[in-house]
Formats: sequence, structure tokens, C-alpha cells
Amino acid sequence: MPVSSVNSQIIYDALKDAGVSIISALPETWLVHLVGMADADPEVTLVRLNKEEEGVGISAGAHLAGRKSAMLMQNHGLLTSVNGIVSLAQLYRIPLLMLVSYRGEMGERDPWQTEGGLVTERVLDALGIMYRKMSDPALAARDIRQAQTLAESSLRPVALLLTRELMWEE
Amino acid sequence: MLREDALRAIYPRLKEQIVVTIMGAVAVELYNLGHRPNFFYLEHGMGLASSMGLGLALSLPERPVTVLDGDASLLMNLGTLSTMARYRPPNLTHIIFDNESLLSVGGFPSATTTGTDLAGVARESGIRHVTRADTVEAVEEAYAAAAERPALSVIHSKVEAVGPPSFAMDIGLLENRFEFARHLRGGQP
Amino acid sequence: MLQEDALRAIYPRLKKQIVVTSLGTVAIELYNLGHRPNFFYLEHGMGLASSMGLGLALSLPERPVTILEGDASLLMNLGTLSTMARYGPPNLTHIIFDNESLLSPGGFPSATSDGTDLAGVARESGIRHVTKADTVEAVEEAYAAAAERPALSVIHSKVEAVGPDFHVMGIGLLEVRFGFARHLQGGQP
Repeated sequence: MPVSSVNSQIIYDALKDAGVSIISALPETWLVHLVGMADADPEVTLVRLNKEEEGVGISAGAHLAGRKSAMLMQNHGLLTSVNGIVSLAQLYRIPLLMLVSYRGEMGERDPWQTEGGLVTERVLDALGIMYRKMSDPALAARDIRQAQTLAESSLRPVALLLTRELMWEE
Repeated sequence: MLREDALRAIYPRLKEQIVVTIMGAVAVELYNLGHRPNFFYLEHGMGLASSMGLGLALSLPERPVTVLDGDASLLMNLGTLSTMARYRPPNLTHIIFDNESLLSVGGFPSATTTGTDLAGVARESGIRHVTRADTVEAVEEAYAAAAERPALSVIHSKVEAVGPPSFAMDIGLLENRFEFARHLRGGQP
Repeated sequence: MLQEDALRAIYPRLKKQIVVTSLGTVAIELYNLGHRPNFFYLEHGMGLASSMGLGLALSLPERPVTILEGDASLLMNLGTLSTMARYGPPNLTHIIFDNESLLSPGGFPSATSDGTDLAGVARESGIRHVTKADTVEAVEEAYAAAAERPALSVIHSKVEAVGPDFHVMGIGLLEVRFGFARHLQGGQP
């Protein structure tokens, strides 16, 4: 599977450097290596979800308890989490570090991913969520550090969109 | 059984726990018994109180955590029982007050009136310690047993569909949130 | 048991039903057995194949409807079993193919590998006719019984976590959608 293991490792190391110790995930093709790394890491609690919105609750609990968390999901998982984001995370000013695989953008082959690609950024804009597209592995550590910093200082959700350029090799 | 009476019976133990409640009657009734900085009232985010309790229990493995949930909230996020069963934090107790209705929005019957047994669903989701407790004494006993037991526990209690006369609480959402976080992280700024 | 073999065994009956599948292997394997205008493959919208089947069954009470769903999809919307139980359309059969994993994104174990019993959850959600069928013969028999029975039926089948090498179907999403709607609404434009 041509998901970049090198870039996944860079992202994972950056999450660790940012102090993340709880990761929630619903597996998605582009996230296979990241989920595997979290699963194999005794320093990290991986919570495999049945539905992405559960992850908002996990991260809220972790934050109030003083631990840093991250959420791994596909952009369709972001869409299914919108109520939890608005009526838990934003209402209670909970920081969320959301790493979102950006399916349905340029180069997408799966027809079923394309509508999600069309609306992802506009939904983030409508929700008032600051986001950045990550495409350069050389900047990945900086992007994650900065996103984590902003999430913690603003007490708001922040999204990093993991693009095809970063996650896929072919 | 009135939920208020069940809450009153377990309040002495709740005082010692990290508590997350759902919105509506449960939150107000617990608040009216006496607010504590270790109580968090999730006033929206329906379905996510249990996920939040799971996050708390995994983050603070040395501290006991109790979730006070309702049937309609739980039905909105039923897979949460399966996720809890999977990670089964030994310090987590999940109490489901089942009044078979969406009381705060006008008393519509929930799916627990039409055949859904939430204790059964919890058990089939993989949770080993599931207790039915439909009297005040049974709730008190089941909660005492859960507090002693180093294992994930679920208590399912049928309660009457009545709530408090007023839903007013003299604490802001964000005040509650910051005070709770401060308390969990251990004291003074 | 291979999901593909189970599908082949019930294909003669499926041909006469309105069929909604979840995404991934179940869609492609049914398609490979021979597409029909009464088959709808829900290629995303995870968790909603069963809700869609319920909508179809309630809208077309004279027509038999079958849902073919995977464990991970169902776990995303577990309350659907409770809603189905509540309305219990007699013309609906829900087949759950449980490979205990999220196969298409790389084979991660799902919560059914870790204690959650979906047949048990279906039963505790209030569905009366729930059959476990883990061999091809058992699936064939259970599906024949469900087709004869004027009652909501669930069949839960453990299958191996293997799928086809290619997830390519020679029919577009919208082509399926319009062909299906045209067929249900009775024929020619």
C-alpha cells in the first residue's frame, strides 16, 4: 500500500514531540501507519473508535485531566463529528488537535470520496476552525507544533489537513 | 423510583468521584444536591458524556470516574458501550438512568419503550459487570459494589419520567469547565 | 466462511429483493455476482445502509428489502438496531457480515474482535428474530426462513477477513442511484 511510511513517521514523531499521549482514531487507508505506530507505542494510549464523534469526548476528557491528545480521522469523519465539535468542544472551549486525511482533493480516484473533498475547507471555515494543509514533510514538525500551540492557547479545535502529496507515494 | 432519590442515596460516594453528567434533569438534580468542583455537567454534546468519561478514566487511571447518563443520550451514541468494553478502564462506572423518554424536550418516548434493553446491549457489547438496579436500595448497593470493584461497571436503573421544577443552575458552562479542569490538575493556579 | 460464498448461496433470492449494501467488499462481491437494477451499493455514508433499508422497507411495505452490512459500518450507527426494532417492518431482513475488521483501509481489528456481539446487541435492542449463521448452509437456511417470515429478521454471520483484489466496479454511483430509483418506481421513463 503506497501510504508513505517515512512521512507518517515524521508526523508521528512530531505528535510525540508536541506532548501528545492520547490518540483516538478510526482507521482510514492513509492513516494505517500512524494508527499502527500509536498501537505499538507503550507511551501512547490509542483509543480505536466506532465513530469519530466519540473522539471529541475522549479529547475533552483528556484535556480537562491535563493530558494532550490528538484525533486521527478522514475528512468524512470530521463531517460526522460536527455536532460534537460545536456542542462540546467549541461550547466548552476544548482544544482539539485534529489530523484529517484530505480525501477527495486533486488526484482522487475513488468517486465516493469526492463530495467530502469539495466541502471540507468550507465546513472548517463555517465552523471558524483554523486549519492548514500539510503537504511538505520538511515542514510537518513545525505545522504540528504550531497547530498544537494554537489549539492550547485559543482553547479551540484546530485542523491539519493531510494531503495526498504528504501521505501517498506512487 | 425517582432519579432524584437515587442520586441522593449515592451522593456521599459521588462527592469522592470525578463525575460527568449529561444535560437536563440529571445535571440539575445533582447540582441541587450540592455542587462540587469534581462535577462536570455536559449541557449539550448529546451522547458524548460517556466518551468524555472514558477519556477521563484513561487519562487519570488512579482516580475513580462516574458517568451519569440517560437513555436518550446513550441511544445517540450506542457504540460507546462497545468502545468502553474494549478499553475497560477499571476506574470507570457508567450509570444509566432510563426514564424511557426525552423528558426535557417534552416527554417523547425513547426506543427503550419499544423493546431496547440498555443493560442487555451493554452486556452484549462486552461489558462484564452490568447490574440492574430499579430501587433506591439496589442503586446504592450496586454503586457501592462498583466503587469497590476494580473493573468497568455499568448500572442500569429505570426511573420515573419526572424532572425538577426548574432547570436553572447558578454556574456558567465555562466556569464549571475551568473549575473542573483546575480541580483535576491539582489545585491552585 | 468466505463472505463471497455466502453471497453466492443467497444470490438467487437476492435477485428478487430490494438490496442495499454497505461499502467495500460486500458491494464489490455482490456486483461481481451480477448487477441488477434492484441492487444499491452505498459507497460511503458509513453506517447508513441500514437506515436506508429501513426507509425503503417503510416506504414499500409490499416489497421485500435486504440490507447487507459489515460490522464496522454497523458499529458506527449501532442505534439503528434499536430504531429498526421500534418500527419492525415485516418486509426487512438485515444481514450482518462480521469479519471483525476494517478490511478496506488495511485490516484493523474492529470492536467485534474484542467482546462486542452484534447478534446479542440486535436481540437486546428488541429484534425478535436474530439468527447466527456461520456456514454457507446456515446462511442459506436462515435467509430462506427470513424471506418466508413476515417479521423483521437479523442474520449475523462471521466471515473471513478477505476481500477481492480490486475494488473496481464498471458502474458509476449515480448510474446505480438512478437505475435503482427508476426500477423501484416502476419501469420506463
